[in-house]
Amino acid sequence: MLQYLARRLIIAIPSLLGISVILFTVLALAPGDPFEELATNPAIPPDVRAHLRASLGLDDPVYLRYFSWLSAMLRGDWGYSFVSRIPVDQLILQRLPTTIAVIGLSQVLALAIAMPVGVYAATRPYSVFDQVANTLAFIGFSLPTFFTGLLLIMLFSIQLDWLPFVFRTSIEATGWMWWWEMFRQSIMPIAVLGLFQGAAWTRFVRSAVLDVIRLDYVTTARSKGLPESRITMRHVVRNAMIPVVTLVALQMPVVFSGAIVTEQIFRVPGIGSLLITAILSNDTPVIMAVTFVFSALVIFFNLLADVLYGWLDPRISYR
Amino acid sequence: MAGSTLASATVSAAAPRPRIGPWQEAWRRFRKHRLAVISTGVLGALILAVVIGPLVWTLPIDEIDFSAQLQGPSWAHPLGTDDLGQDLLARILYGGRISLAVGFAAMAVAIFVGVLVGAIAGMAGGAVDAALMWLTDLFLSLPQLPLLLLIIYLFRDTLTALVGLELGVFIMVVAVIGGFRWMPAARLVRAQFLSLREKEFVEAARALGASRPRLVLRHILPNALGPVIVAASIDVAAAIIAESTLSFLGLGFPPDVPTWGRLLFDAKDNLDFAPHWALFPGAAIFLTVLSINYIGDGLRDALDPRRIISA
Repeated sequence: MLQYLARRLIIAIPSLLGISVILFTVLALAPGDPFEELATNPAIPPDVRAHLRASLGLDDPVYLRYFSWLSAMLRGDWGYSFVSRIPVDQLILQRLPTTIAVIGLSQVLALAIAMPVGVYAATRPYSVFDQVANTLAFIGFSLPTFFTGLLLIMLFSIQLDWLPFVFRTSIEATGWMWWWEMFRQSIMPIAVLGLFQGAAWTRFVRSAVLDVIRLDYVTTARSKGLPESRITMRHVVRNAMIPVVTLVALQMPVVFSGAIVTEQIFRVPGIGSLLITAILSNDTPVIMAVTFVFSALVIFFNLLADVLYGWLDPRISYR
Repeated sequence: MAGSTLASATVSAAAPRPRIGPWQEAWRRFRKHRLAVISTGVLGALILAVVIGPLVWTLPIDEIDFSAQLQGPSWAHPLGTDDLGQDLLARILYGGRISLAVGFAAMAVAIFVGVLVGAIAGMAGGAVDAALMWLTDLFLSLPQLPLLLLIIYLFRDTLTALVGLELGVFIMVVAVIGGFRWMPAARLVRAQFLSLREKEFVEAARALGASRPRLVLRHILPNALGPVIVAASIDVAAAIIAESTLSFLGLGFPPDVPTWGRLLFDAKDNLDFAPHWALFPGAAIFLTVLSINYIGDGLRDALDPRRIISA
């Protein structure tokens, strides 16, 4: 298992490098000078500007620039935000926990919906429950996150006036009241993401369970006289999870897209809304860094999926 | 040749049944999926509405009328008006043209690139295959929306200067969305190619001296198309959502082009006194995406020979 994990880790490194090359290529191909703001400031005399350009390495050949950029990123020197003048890594570290919390909790919600509904629907294919669940799942993943968000705001914030629709970082209350307020303002962002993912996963789980449930070893388990619940939980679900884990890992980029939109709608102060703000104010270092962080997160979740995969299917980790 | 004629003659003598081609068979299976058939009708109506709708409903999309601000639905404005008194029906019909055009064009780009990469990987094998599949996996793990935003942020001005604002943004949005959606098609095509190129009929064609391009285009590709068509339908829905997301974040088409996502972006600060402004374009996106998804489901039933449908 440990060896398998190490191998996976080593495979992840070229992917990360590949992503950094793509990111850097996009930046290098971009017309104009992304660091124009610094280098063409009229308050800076031409010789100082030339010196500045040289010291920033802007006149070097492109592969040298890539390596100096990469080594700076690896050393944790991510530059300063043009707008707020604080180091980019600090800015991202401030915001990252919120994003991780929103994404993590919404995935938990999605799993809590998809697992029971998908398994139950698959054990009774074409029943009324299955058909209703299937229809709801189709509606769920056809509703784009930005529209669901607006619908929830209309219903729960405007019509019913139950939930706040702007996420506040500074809540005056303390103790239990703080948690309660936090809970109230987090419900909608988490629900928007969680319901969308839950709908997609319900279909994955259902079809994966349907594939497994017809196999011979399940019939064997049944003929041994095992109770149906035990067959479903121990024999079917564990094997059905193998393809689901792969599909879920492939969905991670979609989850991050959803997180960006959700943070933007509810003004959640995470790295997604940081990215949008940075783009609207031409804050290149922040844009690059946030995009890189998102890429790293996707790779991390793929790695996590690989580990889960090895645990679910021991044959894989011995190969 | 003679053998097959004889065989079919005996079959028709034994059981007089009309010969069913693969496409007729697919259509027969597709018809069984009732929701997919209804969805085809709904999507057809939507396409018809956005294509000929603006010719029938001739109110301009940008006529500002401060006497009719933020009105709900009425006879003069069936879907109400926005904060400048512009007619929402006209704007939604116009926006639908862009959303649907982006959806189909981006799908075409994605499928073209996907089929190309998948076919090359599947036919070449070896190091080329490994390299292309590594690239495919790499693209699959890219965070698409942040990169989409990054590319549009960096390249918008140049392309706009080159071919004009609307066309420039259209080309860019289509290219970028398509450029991040080709991977599933590439994997499907490669998998199909790997199994098909070893089949007897391909070997027979090769033995008869068919050239490599002919093998690929006439013999292998047509047989690999089923899953690709299903993937294509899903790509249209995904591209429409991607474009709307960009517009919703205020970063897609220029502000005066009323795409569906842009209408939602404009409407989101007026939800409390003009809910219709957000509801109608949102419903348009939802209806389009839902019907495309159902059509995709029906196509999967129709084109996947392994799928057994109860008669």
